[in-house]
Amino acid sequence: MEYQVSKKANIVTILLIVIGIASFVIGLLTSHGHTSQRLWANLLVNGYFFFTISIASLFFVALQFVSEMAWGVTTQRLFQATMSFMPISALALLLVFVGGTMHWNHIYHWMADGVMDPQSEHYDAIIAGKSAYLNQPFFWGRTIAYLAVWMYFANWFRKKSLEEDKLSVNHGESNPVYKRSIIMGVLFIAFFAYTSSSSAWDWIMSIDVHWFSTLFGWYAFSGMWISSVLVVLLLVIYLKSLGLLKEVNDSHLHDLGKWVFAISMLWAYLWFSQFMLIWYSNIPEEVTYYIDRFNDYKVLYIGTFLVNFLLPFFVLMSRDSKKNVVFLLPVAIILFICHWIDVLIMVLPGTMHADGGLGAIEVGMFLIFLGLFILFTLKSLSKAPLMPKNHPMFDESKHLHT
Amino acid sequence: MHKEAAIREPLILGNDVTYSKITNDVLHPIENAPTKMWKILMTIATIIALWGVGSILYLLGVGIGTWGLNNTVGWAWDITNFVWWVGIGHAGTLISAVLLLFRQKWRMAINRPAEAMTIFAVFMAATFPMIHMGRIWMAYWVLPLPNEFGSLWVNFNSPLLWDVFAISTYMSVSLVFWYIGLIPDFATIRDRAKKPVPKLMYALLSFGWTGNAKAWQRFEEVSLVLAGLATPLVFSVHSIVSMDFATSVIPGWHTTIFPPYFVAGAVFSGFAMVQTLMLIVRKAMRLEHYVTVKHIEYMNLVIIVTGSIVGVAYLTELFISYYSGVEYESYAFINRFSGPYAWAYWSMMTCNVVSPHLFWSKKLRTNLAFTFFMSIIVNIGMWFERFVIIVTSVHRDYLPSSWSMFYPTWVDIGVYVGTIGIFSVFYLLFLKYFPVLAFNEVKTILKSSGEKYKNMSDEEFHKLHPVKRK
Repeated sequence: MEYQVSKKANIVTILLIVIGIASFVIGLLTSHGHTSQRLWANLLVNGYFFFTISIASLFFVALQFVSEMAWGVTTQRLFQATMSFMPISALALLLVFVGGTMHWNHIYHWMADGVMDPQSEHYDAIIAGKSAYLNQPFFWGRTIAYLAVWMYFANWFRKKSLEEDKLSVNHGESNPVYKRSIIMGVLFIAFFAYTSSSSAWDWIMSIDVHWFSTLFGWYAFSGMWISSVLVVLLLVIYLKSLGLLKEVNDSHLHDLGKWVFAISMLWAYLWFSQFMLIWYSNIPEEVTYYIDRFNDYKVLYIGTFLVNFLLPFFVLMSRDSKKNVVFLLPVAIILFICHWIDVLIMVLPGTMHADGGLGAIEVGMFLIFLGLFILFTLKSLSKAPLMPKNHPMFDESKHLHT
Repeated sequence: MHKEAAIREPLILGNDVTYSKITNDVLHPIENAPTKMWKILMTIATIIALWGVGSILYLLGVGIGTWGLNNTVGWAWDITNFVWWVGIGHAGTLISAVLLLFRQKWRMAINRPAEAMTIFAVFMAATFPMIHMGRIWMAYWVLPLPNEFGSLWVNFNSPLLWDVFAISTYMSVSLVFWYIGLIPDFATIRDRAKKPVPKLMYALLSFGWTGNAKAWQRFEEVSLVLAGLATPLVFSVHSIVSMDFATSVIPGWHTTIFPPYFVAGAVFSGFAMVQTLMLIVRKAMRLEHYVTVKHIEYMNLVIIVTGSIVGVAYLTELFISYYSGVEYESYAFINRFSGPYAWAYWSMMTCNVVSPHLFWSKKLRTNLAFTFFMSIIVNIGMWFERFVIIVTSVHRDYLPSSWSMFYPTWVDIGVYVGTIGIFSVFYLLFLKYFPVLAFNEVKTILKSSGEKYKNMSDEEFHKLHPVKRK
């Protein structure tokens, strides 16, 4: 295979993990109270953030087939590679849910004993009203269905893409794998249309269990999509610096840059829509969500919104900057971190209340996950050719010039 | 441009299509006397339009009381029609701007008629809030003018005012975008015109277009800039329309998903209207070579996608109304699907959520008669959606003693039907005097996506055109 994980890459990722562990340990030693809850919350943040990167990559791959998108063929293998981390991030998520069920943690207040029992002193009528949806068996059924179906599709696309390489078909002609991929893409997107929202309700929105917002699922979806495109953009920049990915020219870079710009705007639009409507109406049931964030996480919360919206808006507006690594690289790294912080602020206010923040534990756990994610992704890249050989639109993609 | 994959289906059919044939085909109605069919349609449209104008004048003369509004239902058909028309006005700019940014070549065949539809639809939409003011001659009061003009300062906190800006901006950019595209086509008509009056008219319209390389390069640049400007407008217009409702505290109106869901719904209804019009136009004006079944299929795919997004949004709203635990919120939805307006809710659900899924079948989505039928169904469904949101949410308010129903009067109906007539008059005039396809743009894809050229071997192509294949 043209790409081999270099020693340097291995050292850097291991260094990331080591720094992460060091930061994590320092965090543990200096933590004052609520440490256990904080660890669980961080496990959820990183499990969700990295899992949704993989799932959004799968969505984008499926979308490329369904919409006859040609330019992305040359970067399809990179999107596939980011899916390889799914088992680990899924495990992290499952651990959090098992912890909730077993009362090892208190991430999900609705899982606590007695909240739905009218006899108990912890009884909460509003939560009890949601029990038809928020109950352990149904929650677990949904969670397992999401993970199983999503991972099945991820596996399928990866496997078939490699199988397609081995087919003997004429250049530029359609082939059975390509045709099946379109159908599977449609099926996945149809399933994902519902489950991207409902998983966000189940795993994230139900933390602030009294609160509700119809837009929440779409908002979470736009965040995962942008993170996935950012990862692939960074991978392209990295691989090109090694002299690989010759087929990816500056028009492809331009297109990736456009997607970063476009999805960032989508994300900002959804963030603003949700915020503005709740702020404007000022209904007590809804506005608490923002009050928590404004009181205790103001800088992080407003800061990430401003960065995630304004940075791509101003820097990636021009065509030249979307083709230029000097602009793309720092923007991609900053946005990646800020979208992670966005997930952090989805979780911490509801779990840590006023005691959360961005400290050594958060940074440490993030670096450990990031290191592992890079390790898995690069390993997966080294296992297959970087270009799908028999994709009927490969030629069109290779000759992309805008 | 880039090399096109062989598996893509051709977008211009026929082995005899040349640049001059494209021009002749598109300009045929402009350069010839109107057909009998056109005259008949124009007569019908004019009668309906006059009826509409009459209803509007009656309304303005007598007052808003001639509508069926009452204390509880203060908004009904007026705003329903307004949102319906704005929604229809969404497809044009989506096709011309967003599909241009996505490099979708199939947009070339439909952008012109879709943009014309957009502009006329936004006109019709703007009519409703204006006549709703009652004293339409004071319509300029919605602008932030100094007090010497007789108005009080406008309320910038009100989404209704944001609407004024959003729609007028959208209107202006769409109009400019449409007009810029028309300039080279008008120039072609000017160059071919034989009679002096048309020649002069089209010369004026074409702004002295010369068609040299520099002009074309600027044309392409300005198209991209306008596409960049128009894309956020596609989102902003209907987002802000949705905020007319969503910023309130009315159960059924206040929900955060409204902005993106209204945008998806607008694109959904807009494409349905494009289908309704294009299926007639391509047949009547013999444009089957350019607006192919593949184009119709692509539009149907957009209809499935946007229809499904709308479906997800309906179900999300319904679910959250339960999940929220807010009894007023829950009741708003229970009343929707089981109250006195349940028939409207279920019409909406059938037309918008269930029926588009028939397009999953390739056979159905490439069937023109079925597509036409479905496009009407979607138009009806989207009208009901707005009616359900507006009337059903307010007709049973917090005080059961003031619950009431809404019954349209003949003025309600007359104004609504009338706007369809006025729209049709505009559209028929467009079909007769304007180049109905952006034929100069269609020509740019002939050699990469034309059937004749796609089927050629590389050698044949090279013999014809000793330049690199595009």
